[in-house]
Amino acid sequence: MNTHFDWKLVLSQADERAMYQQIMDQIHQHVVLGDLLSGTKLPSIRELASMLKVSVITVKRAYLEMERSGIIVTQHGKGSWVAEGLDRRQLQQEELEGHLKRAAKLAADMNITSAELAAQLKKHIKS
Amino acid sequence: MRPENAIECHQVSKRYPNFHLDHIDLEVPTGSVMGFVGPNGAGKSTTLRIIMGLVRHDSGEVAVLGNTMPRQQIAAKREIGHVSEDMRLYPGQTIAFHMDFMRSIVPFWDDKYAADLLGRFGLVPDQKIKGLSHGQRVKACLLMALARRPKLLVFDEPTTGLDPVARQEIIEEMSAVVVDEDRTILFSSHNTQDVEQMSDRITFINGGSVLFSRDKEDLMDGWRRIRLQVPDGFELPGFPGLVSVQRNGRLLVLVTSQYHQNLEQMLSQGEASVTAIERLTLEEIFLTSVSVRKELVQ
Repeated sequence: MNTHFDWKLVLSQADERAMYQQIMDQIHQHVVLGDLLSGTKLPSIRELASMLKVSVITVKRAYLEMERSGIIVTQHGKGSWVAEGLDRRQLQQEELEGHLKRAAKLAADMNITSAELAAQLKKHIKS
Repeated sequence: MRPENAIECHQVSKRYPNFHLDHIDLEVPTGSVMGFVGPNGAGKSTTLRIIMGLVRHDSGEVAVLGNTMPRQQIAAKREIGHVSEDMRLYPGQTIAFHMDFMRSIVPFWDDKYAADLLGRFGLVPDQKIKGLSHGQRVKACLLMALARRPKLLVFDEPTTGLDPVARQEIIEEMSAVVVDEDRTILFSSHNTQDVEQMSDRITFINGGSVLFSRDKEDLMDGWRRIRLQVPDGFELPGFPGLVSVQRNGRLLVLVTSQYHQNLEQMLSQGEASVTAIERLTLEEIFLTSVSVRKELVQ
């Protein structure tokens, strides 16, 4: 069990995503990569806000959204933990799906047929 | 006054020959950081001075940490650390002199924290005030306020005129305060980036009136710039929260203050398609609000 996870996430002012979104995305990524395991306790909202030098409301928002998406569980007054039974493969699958959806939408906007899109995707697959 | 609010202003007005603070409502919840933004002359400093009991308001009610201001200002000030631009230290005296002086008059003083702050701020106790740079002076004033560990910190433009390193040092100390859920910070700033980063709530004041006072995330989440490709003769449907529309050829850029996910679908009708949805920085929200307000007034 990885008990020494460093919560100093690196946030960017120049990133187009909101701060709370960046916090969510990075925690999500650490879970997908296996840095953060099920049952790992998260810092309190105030602790993480202080560490990251962002407002409490920003971290609160990130925790709420992560709770909603099931990546963490929060017990009122006790704290938050990385949820049990997370399927890393499924999380990766969801991430992939997101990218593919965006690619499909862009292709549709450009009037690219599905065959053309598939051909273009194939070019990027290293065989 | 409800105990969950460290500061409550209700319909507070103050009239000067050339300026009118007009029925200000302000609530700062205990344990939160409130960023107070507005252009020069908007009434930020006047409001902060009223909250501190330094200026007497003409009408309305002000309560700070449960004390009615200005009547109970002595009790309130035991628990408030205040730093403002026009604060003066004795030029011929040292930082150590000021620390000793503060320790002797305030109800609580944390020697260890004060010493830590000296180090982190890079201040030398034997240095005389007249030899300090602007940034060092501000940091010395902040040290005096922070080392008291007061329940409420009121900072008027704490980062104005400071270099990025000094600004970061001050933000770090404010962040350290936030760990404690009983401590509250109210700070005004021109630096919208600092406010965006540090605030839980944002109050925006302009021309003596509060334009809005809102949860920072809700505020930032509501505003979007939406870019559309539209066919000739396209007519934009009206919807609530539409702040501005700019059309150039087949590209249309609109700004809304009430974004929701259905909006994209609603706008992508017929040949019109949404090409980008962008968040706005607090600075952009601030500038747009001021210019829209001007148009409404004219």
